[in-house]
Amino acid sequence: MSKRGTLSRRDVLKIGGGTAAAMAAGGGFLRRAAAQGTTSSSSSVSGNITIWDISTGDAQTIVKNVVSKFNDSHPKIKATVEFFQNDPYKQKLQVAMGAGNPPDLFFGWGGGILKSYVDAGKVYDITGKVDITRFIPSVMGPVTFGGKVYGIPINNVQPEVFEYNTEIFKDHNLTPPATWDDLMNAVSVLKKNNIIPIALAGQNKWPGMMYNEFLTDRIGGPSVFNDIVANKPNSWSNPAVIKASTMVQQLVDAGAFEPGFSAVNADLNQSSALLWSGKAAMQLMGVWDYGTILSNEPSFITSGKYGTFPFPKVVGGEGDPSNLYGNLSNFYSISNASKAKDAALVFLQDAVLNDYAIDQYIALGEVPPVIGIDAKLKAAQHSDFLLMVYNITKQAKNFQLSWDQDLPPAAAQAVLTNVDQLFLKQITPQQFSANLDKTITAS
Amino acid sequence: MSQRFGWMLALMLVPAVGFFFIFALGPMVAAGYISVLKWDGLTPATYVGLANWRELFSDSVTGHAIILTIEMMVISWLIQTPISMLLGIFIAGHQRYREVLSVFYFLPLLFSTVAIGLTWDYLLNPNFGLLNALLDKAGLPGLAKNWLGDPSLAFTTMMFLLAWQYIPFHSLLYQAGTRQIPTVFYDAARVDGAGRLSQFFQITLPQLRYTIVTSTILILTGSLTTFDLIFVTTGGGPGYATRILPLQMYITAFPDTHFGYGSALAVLLALSGVGLSIFLLKVTGFSRMESQMEGM
Repeated sequence: MSKRGTLSRRDVLKIGGGTAAAMAAGGGFLRRAAAQGTTSSSSSVSGNITIWDISTGDAQTIVKNVVSKFNDSHPKIKATVEFFQNDPYKQKLQVAMGAGNPPDLFFGWGGGILKSYVDAGKVYDITGKVDITRFIPSVMGPVTFGGKVYGIPINNVQPEVFEYNTEIFKDHNLTPPATWDDLMNAVSVLKKNNIIPIALAGQNKWPGMMYNEFLTDRIGGPSVFNDIVANKPNSWSNPAVIKASTMVQQLVDAGAFEPGFSAVNADLNQSSALLWSGKAAMQLMGVWDYGTILSNEPSFITSGKYGTFPFPKVVGGEGDPSNLYGNLSNFYSISNASKAKDAALVFLQDAVLNDYAIDQYIALGEVPPVIGIDAKLKAAQHSDFLLMVYNITKQAKNFQLSWDQDLPPAAAQAVLTNVDQLFLKQITPQQFSANLDKTITAS
Repeated sequence: MSQRFGWMLALMLVPAVGFFFIFALGPMVAAGYISVLKWDGLTPATYVGLANWRELFSDSVTGHAIILTIEMMVISWLIQTPISMLLGIFIAGHQRYREVLSVFYFLPLLFSTVAIGLTWDYLLNPNFGLLNALLDKAGLPGLAKNWLGDPSLAFTTMMFLLAWQYIPFHSLLYQAGTRQIPTVFYDAARVDGAGRLSQFFQITLPQLRYTIVTSTILILTGSLTTFDLIFVTTGGGPGYATRILPLQMYITAFPDTHFGYGSALAVLLALSGVGLSIFLLKVTGFSRMESQMEGM
């Protein structure tokens, strides 16, 4: 089963300006036509559907509102949504899938994890049953396997960038680092002035993994991870991976992260709290954090202290500095065990990323992966941030899904465990690669 | 006549035995069966014989987990027993203020483990936590460590959190045990001229023998299987610092989706628990139920 090779290539997010313009003109017509086609039949569908989601803060409020508006406009369908914390949710879903009692609609990231559920026959094929022309085509990559569609995006494009405190940088005569050496320099300046250079939620492990992801890409380009996903033997021992691991440990040795970082939890926003309270100067995080900060400490943003810069480039590296890592979006998929598939389809068609939801996400500083929203983004309250996200996503030569979502479950878990040990200096970069090579199954 | 009694006896035992079979024996047998399979919980399982068991005995992480578990059992006993005993004996006194204090001290028992774990996680947070803030203000910033984030400290910190959670329970045991001791003994001892220390070592401690045994069995088997507090607070980390055997079992079975290997660990845990209990009962003579009150 090496279909995974084709999957990773489709994770490229390319939005040509011309494409966007053409789709904006033609897409609106298509959307209206498609919508008319479904609303007339959707009024006869009834059922109860449960949805599992992990959104927090204001994003959670949006989901709740979308669901209740849907229930109002579709009296025959009753949708209930339950919210969970990120890491426990992954476990809960896995167990529910295996036990055969998953919810009708479940939240996910696509990629290898979703594929493992698809291969086990647990996910409903929705090809042709839901209109997907309204979404940016490349975002459908992580949920399309073998030409069949297994989910639709539900919230926003989520590339990962460095967030930084503009005030701290100004006070210490720092500018956003363009290269890795600039970053190391900034780290040492901040350290001398007793400021935590970079906040890190080490306990969840994926925040640390982001450094390995970006460094590997900057050094060796996307082909390194493409080989890994394609199960090439010893692909984890690629020199780019080892060099990236080495640089990670150099960063740790330089004292870049807050003391006790391995107990700091992202699900509880503990690392972002260091940023918005002014204790830490930077954080590498997904752009969903903008909404988190808005929900918790909006003054940090409104006072102009919040800034972003892309992951620095590595001098001499092969990777394009515009390449992005992150989540292309979050998705809802329908379980095969669902007894209300038609009602779930209606929900996907009418509630997910409808006009109300799009406006709400934009107001929260999140960019929905929908075509034709340029004007809305420019007119929005957080237009600077929104246009930044939109533009880096458009300009990225390659947008790769997070390792722990793109790899199959056991391999993904091994990556997280080894990243944890790498950051704690309990294993060497060579051991990191050797341990992960063991997870490559020849299939 | 005796036949009818036999029937009635068997009938009365049915609920307890049934419960044992369904909730204790059944899962153990199931775990034993799964331990010879390779299964990820999603796709059909394949039979792999003793491969999981071989992995168990050669895995260094499991070895480390076993050592940690044994350390935890011993250290938990060493921390909890003296403190619980002294507290329990103290609370057993009939003075009013002691009973009031005992109410407050009982409170941790009432909290859910998840609440305890999350609260202590916040209190011990190296950047925002109350403990380090207080140490700073008290002029001891050097003592403000990364309690749960430093691999060399996390295990010790967990020991203390577990002690905080369970000492109230064991002190209750000791309180009940102490109150059972007839005051006649103490009167007689005072008449014979025994001081407080003598009374403690000659009367209180021997009379508390079976309470100590009960408490010990509970501490040892409890430490062998404790899961929830550690899971909520450190999740087995940082690295492998707090990954005791029950956590290793959970982590290999669920996040790592190696149900076969996890089941093998489960069987190991269950057999260890049973073995430990039987050993303790034999060694301490608990099963003989000898009376401590000969001569009364």
